[in-house]
Amino acid sequence: MPYTVPILNLLAACLLLISFAMLSRRRTQRLVNLFAWQGAILFLSTCLVAHSSGLHELYYSAALTLLLKVIALPLILHRLINRLGAQWDSETVVNIPLTMLAGLVLVIFAFGLAQPISMMATTITRNMLGIALAVILLSFLMMITRRKAVTQVIGFLAMENGLFFAATSATYGMPMVVELGIALDVLVGVFILGLFFFQIREQFESLDLRNMENLKED
Amino acid sequence: MKSITVFRQFGEMLVAIAIAPLFAGWIAQCRAWMQNRSAPPLIQPYRMLRKLFDKDVALAETASPLFRITPYILFGTMVLAAAIIPSLATDLPFARAADAIALIGLFATARVFLSLAAMDIGTAFGTMGARREMMIGFLAEPALLMILFNAFLLFGSTALPSLVDGYRAHPSLMDPSIIFAAVAFVMVLLAENARLPIDNPTTHLELTMIHEAMLLEYSARHLALVEWASNLKLFNYACIGFALFIPWGIATHSADGVVAMLISDAALAIKLIVAGAALALIESLSAKVRIFRAPEYLAMSFLLAVLGLLVHLLLGAKQA
Repeated sequence: MPYTVPILNLLAACLLLISFAMLSRRRTQRLVNLFAWQGAILFLSTCLVAHSSGLHELYYSAALTLLLKVIALPLILHRLINRLGAQWDSETVVNIPLTMLAGLVLVIFAFGLAQPISMMATTITRNMLGIALAVILLSFLMMITRRKAVTQVIGFLAMENGLFFAATSATYGMPMVVELGIALDVLVGVFILGLFFFQIREQFESLDLRNMENLKED
Repeated sequence: MKSITVFRQFGEMLVAIAIAPLFAGWIAQCRAWMQNRSAPPLIQPYRMLRKLFDKDVALAETASPLFRITPYILFGTMVLAAAIIPSLATDLPFARAADAIALIGLFATARVFLSLAAMDIGTAFGTMGARREMMIGFLAEPALLMILFNAFLLFGSTALPSLVDGYRAHPSLMDPSIIFAAVAFVMVLLAENARLPIDNPTTHLELTMIHEAMLLEYSARHLALVEWASNLKLFNYACIGFALFIPWGIATHSADGVVAMLISDAALAIKLIVAGAALALIESLSAKVRIFRAPEYLAMSFLLAVLGLLVHLLLGAKQA
């Protein structure tokens, strides 16, 4: 197909766009929706890569992405947020325009870093390694600059999305066993973190992680 | 110069002048439908204009000639901009006179005159509106330039007609930077045309006004011209967007004859209908942001445009 690479490029650009949108959003529910969209784009791009490379394994990991990241995790997170009443996360450590600027610097850094690496890859999607790296770094930035526990978990999950995208674009995906293991880890991780949310709220009556610093013994 | 190009040029200008209020009316109608209100008729803006042209002008005693000239300057600049932008055809004599950067200068001229006129009478609201407008403008202009640079990088030209010709010559060219530029462009369009996340075009509360506050002192034919000019501005922005991102159907240099003209007319109509509905949808879904959030909003559109440039450098489509 002549259009595979341009479409993949477009999807990769969408992924980066969504990462930036996540950085700029204040409402937690919007973040979860954006996370679901990110998963959907990941699903599409994985399907395309599977189709163009002829690797049937990739279809399974695409289906896994669809089930887990587009349907299951957003549902769980929405229910958690409703139960916790944690719809708002207006508090950021750094204000949003500055965060966006930092994000821009990170993107430049990631693109520069990925340039020599992608020269060595042989896949058709090697140029996207830079974008995958940028998505990872941006999710990292989101985890650092947000104070509420729920948003940090969403940042963590978005980072996993970026890693998955990096794996697909650099080496046509990880072995199936590894991928299944990661998927299970993420699912269990969200359950455990959900339990933690309730514990944290019970202890401090808020999900603000600054309170955790009080636990330190001098 | 062929007579057909002159005909096209003036035809395009007349179409822009005639259709611009209709486009505004269409957006208002879509908004009303989406908000479960009964919609005003499509020709409401024309009725408004006729009513205003029939009235006598009430002019403040302190008004200087600048105040009276400004509506004509605004209308003139917007018509000139409509002549430069390739909305129906690319083979335009006027378009050669100015590239897209000059076009932004043209919009800036209109903004400066409107702001000066708003401050001319000396009322508090006019001055406030002018200051806010300048703040929005100076943030939106670099963003718009960056968006245009995205397109310029693709085809190595700063003229909108040659961009459209370039697109038509390489229809398979899909550059990922376009997505960033398109999102940034919609954000700038909303901010520049006093639309909802930044300014509410239908507000009656002076303290929240930006664009409307500058027009408070205008009446009758002056107000009609200013309103018509702002309709034209919205139409022009929409046409810039079409030329940059969805240039299908615009008659190119090589295309000749009635069929190409009819196709481009139909394409423009369809694009305007869809774009109007989309704008109304965005406006219905978004709440007005505080004026101090406006820099954040525009900084975001600037950053997206810069990101588009970066993405183009990383995985830009190579031109055939």
